[in-house]
Amino acid sequence: MRRWLTRLNPLQLWSRSLPYRVVTSTLLAAVLILMATGWFLTAQSVQGVMAGKTQASLAEASSVVTSMQRDLSATDPRTTSLGERITQLTREAANRGKVGNQYFVVVETSIAQIGTEGVASASIPDSIRAAADGDGLWSTPTVIRFTDSRAEEPGLVVAARLVAPGQEPYRIFFLFSTAQEQQTLAVVQQATLATGLFVIVGLAVMVYLISLQMLRPVRDARLAAERLAAGHLTDRMKVTGTEDLAGLARSMNHMAAELEHKITELEHLSAVQQRFVSDVSHELRTPLTTIRMASEVIHAHRFSFDAASGRSAELLAAELDRFEELLADLLEISRFDAGAAQLALDDVDLHGLSIEEVSGVQRLAEESGSAVTVLASGNCVAEVDGRRIRRILRNLLTNAIEHGEGAPIMVQVAGDEKSVAIAVRDHGVGFTVAEGGQVFNRFWRADPSRGRRVGGTGLGLSIALEDARLHGGWLTAWGRPGEGAQFRLTVPRRAGDTVRSSPLPLIPDDVKEDIDAISS
Amino acid sequence: MLSEAPRTAPARILVVDDDEALAEMLHIVLESEGYDARLCHNGGTALAAFHDYRPDLVLLDLMLPGRDGVDVCRDIREESGVPVIMLTAKSDTTDVVDGLAAGADDYVPKPFKTQELIARIKTRLRRHVVADSDNDTLRIGDLMIRVNEHTVRRGDSEITLTPLEFDLLLALARRPRQAFTREVLLEEVWGYRHASDTRLVNVHVQRLRSKIEKDPEKPEIIVTVRGVGYRAGESKSA
Repeated sequence: MRRWLTRLNPLQLWSRSLPYRVVTSTLLAAVLILMATGWFLTAQSVQGVMAGKTQASLAEASSVVTSMQRDLSATDPRTTSLGERITQLTREAANRGKVGNQYFVVVETSIAQIGTEGVASASIPDSIRAAADGDGLWSTPTVIRFTDSRAEEPGLVVAARLVAPGQEPYRIFFLFSTAQEQQTLAVVQQATLATGLFVIVGLAVMVYLISLQMLRPVRDARLAAERLAAGHLTDRMKVTGTEDLAGLARSMNHMAAELEHKITELEHLSAVQQRFVSDVSHELRTPLTTIRMASEVIHAHRFSFDAASGRSAELLAAELDRFEELLADLLEISRFDAGAAQLALDDVDLHGLSIEEVSGVQRLAEESGSAVTVLASGNCVAEVDGRRIRRILRNLLTNAIEHGEGAPIMVQVAGDEKSVAIAVRDHGVGFTVAEGGQVFNRFWRADPSRGRRVGGTGLGLSIALEDARLHGGWLTAWGRPGEGAQFRLTVPRRAGDTVRSSPLPLIPDDVKEDIDAISS
Repeated sequence: MLSEAPRTAPARILVVDDDEALAEMLHIVLESEGYDARLCHNGGTALAAFHDYRPDLVLLDLMLPGRDGVDVCRDIREESGVPVIMLTAKSDTTDVVDGLAAGADDYVPKPFKTQELIARIKTRLRRHVVADSDNDTLRIGDLMIRVNEHTVRRGDSEITLTPLEFDLLLALARRPRQAFTREVLLEEVWGYRHASDTRLVNVHVQRLRSKIEKDPEKPEIIVTVRGVGYRAGESKSA
């Protein structure tokens, strides 16, 4: 579990891991909600703080402007220079603003700009200059810049008009620094962000733990199912927790009980079946032995009978052979079906074995005119059940001879590091792709009307396939109508391994086609 | 323990099989082959029939009423080395190994051909005539084999072997440095032309070892050659 988690990308995880899915979807929703609330919170606090600042600034500016306007109006232009007066008033206002760093003052006359030292006129946006020519107080945010080396700071500019008798009105600007407020807001934003992060992490952990807790019964059920599958039929789940979860456990336990019951029943039936097959074997073989011996006695005297009786004796003997073969094959198949077949393993040289089996069918091959050659390459020793491999090979050889139309038959043996293969190639009638899928079927015949020369029970290839499987090997068939057929057996070099590739090709080298392969 | 019956008299064969038809058929066939045969249909009376008839060979079915064939075989082995050939319908089960372990020399799976059975019987009866006059005394390990006497001695004490076990030991002792495959032993001792059931060799080597080896767990006289078969151990002066 942990191992495959690390190998999966997030998309695969999404489709596989329920806790992952719950945690990610919860987190996505939480992030969205937190972003919205965070934005709302900061917007509200910015608005509140700045509105308060603006109001306070306007009140302050208003009182200063009112007092300056009064002093200015009281000035007699005939006795006092208005220019000096306004300069003096501005300096007073600037000095007042300096106390507690409240604000800076800038006054623009038609000819000059006076005010707090060091404040750059660029701090005052042009838009508010125009507004200052009207009545009342105006305010707008700005950036306060300085002509000396002080760093610029955020601020608020309040504009007003001072009217002097017989003169152009002066524009007066108050620059309030909002650095303090901005700092407060930054702290608020950080706090909001930190809270959000805490909430998200906490939520993730919590949701993960909860999903685990919810999933535990499901995982328990999975483990219980796996243990059942592994054959521990008596294992049960603990019934605890809420109604839903307890219900799951109860259903699992019910299923397990049913399964146990059914499997026990099937095992019993299978044992009965196996015993039955074994009994049938004994019961049939004894009378068959008697019949066979009797038939041999009769057969030995067939020349002293009349023609019909003599021929009957021959038929009796011949058909008894077939009957016996069929019985043996049927019993072999039933042993495979019952899972009772076992390997008697030994190190066997499959090349030597092939030569022996080929010489065993030499007479048959000569009768049908097929020359059989054996070609070997590589190390052909494998840990196999020699009797079963012989049986497979004998089957493939008699098949090749029967369907080989007298053309040469080639037996190839080859070994690589992991496996050893034997391929039997004939150039006879072959078979179609569709037929190829059926050659291993029990009692299947390519052409029911075709005469049977060599005999055989119709179970040979089925048994061969079962034998190959018992070794953890392959038996594959390739055929083309008119081009013959190739059967290839591949077995692992060491017993217990499974075959992954074969040292010999499925399609014979002399055929230049890459399709029409039938494997089994 | 060896049959001292004159060679001219027909060999006596006891057939123990509960299937009366098969037993009668066997009787007909054996008589026609020149043997003397007697039938017994019950495992319980088999030993009594054996005592009464004193056969040269026993054909023994493994599934018998009264007393199991394997037990009958064990009873016979306890008092005699007379060849026992099992007739079995279940050649692939442990029955065969049980029977061989109980001392049966060979087995013939049903259904068998008459010629097959007769060949097996002949092999088991034929063994007495072979003797190498030049090489009457053989050594294997610390054992001394006198071929003509059919005796095996360790020092002064004689070891009792069945004829089959004697043949097996003799085959190994005649070519002391050669490793024998199980197939070769099957051919030399049991007379099988084609490779057959190697369990025969394995079981009888075990039985033989239990009689002749000082420690059957660490055999010194019949040594296993991995991947091949068996060979005689190094000769020691007795």
